[in-house]
Amino acid sequence: MIVYLESTEEEKRISFSGTVKMLLAELRINPHTVLVARYGQLLVDDDTVSDTDRIEILSVISGG
Amino acid sequence: MRCSRCGAKAVFSPPPSCARHLIAAVEREAARTIRERRLLRKGDRVAVAASGGKDSTACLAILHRLGHDVTAIAIDEGIKGYRGRTLEDLRRFTSENGIPLEVHSFEEEFGATLDSMLARTKENPCTACGILRRYLLNKHARRFDAIATGHNLDDEAQSVLMNLLRNQIGPLTRLGPATGTVADPKFARRIKPLYFIPERTVAAYAFLSRFGVRFSECPYASTAYRADVRDLLNRLEQRQPGTTRTVIDRFLELLPALRERYAPDGEVASCKVCGEPARGSRCSACALVERVVRIE
Ligand code: SF4
Ligand SMILES: [Zn+2]
Ligand SMILES: [Zn+2]
Repeated sequence: MIVYLESTEEEKRISFSGTVKMLLAELRINPHTVLVARYGQLLVDDDTVSDTDRIEILSVISGG
Repeated sequence: MRCSRCGAKAVFSPPPSCARHLIAAVEREAARTIRERRLLRKGDRVAVAASGGKDSTACLAILHRLGHDVTAIAIDEGIKGYRGRTLEDLRRFTSENGIPLEVHSFEEEFGATLDSMLARTKENPCTACGILRRYLLNKHARRFDAIATGHNLDDEAQSVLMNLLRNQIGPLTRLGPATGTVADPKFARRIKPLYFIPERTVAAYAFLSRFGVRFSECPYASTAYRADVRDLLNRLEQRQPGTTRTVIDRFLELLPALRERYAPDGEVASCKVCGEPARGSRCSACALVERVVRIE
């Protein structure tokens, strides 16, 4: 899976399939601070993502 | 997970909502805040402090959709690699929606960009930026009935905690959904229509409304004390959902008493340099500019 972190414009490749909630735990990201999207669609905690997906993590923190 | 209103697939939670119902719920909540907190009267002209970021764009869009007379006022601080892009987003958004836009810059008003000021001083970036930005906003938005900002629930709870932790009671009295403890024609009223909406909900609203804004952060933001308070509050929220809202609810109960006891009295003088409101002989913007721009 490709994980794209929009705040830092960083892209990483990891091996993962499971729920969004598990993905954020794996990435050590506080779910309260992000939105997770796949191909422009927002996902919720219990949506499942697979190893072939490209997932975008959007930080919701207001910076300036 | 299904939308609790219509049963379609949820794209946001909590509460589980489809795109349409999340957007409607956010607009309803903002309208309720405006009504119950008496933020605006019918026919008021509102300046929206806009940056091109998600919160201020959401604020602008909501007020516009609710039928208020809005003008976007943006401040270009001069932050390389950041503000240029968000202002580009803002220009596109306002022109697509037929909203008037004014841009004022640090460079043209103070003779230097924020970047170049910071290169010459140890001043905290956000403190300096905040003083100058507030100054320009007040100066240019005073002719409106109110200045609306995109501050959300999380921003406000962070501000409450920051002021407590830094032992600053005076600034606490200037928080709240509407500010105007100083009744002076030199100050515009400040209102926060997104006051009760969590940051993550505002972000989802901006994303689902396809505003095309970036979810990026100012390069100086991580240097701010606010960043530490924000991380702390977000960790506490994860442990105990509802913490942020509790901070605000309790704060609002205390606010009338705080204002009564600690609000600075109404005496505001004029700055000897620029004529804008000041607490002493010079306003804080002129004092700062003197320190960081005219030092050669
Ligand atoms: S994060 Fe700090 S420096 Fe950047 S725009 Fe906000 S107040 Fe200014
Ligand atoms: Zn729905
Ligand atoms: Zn001055």
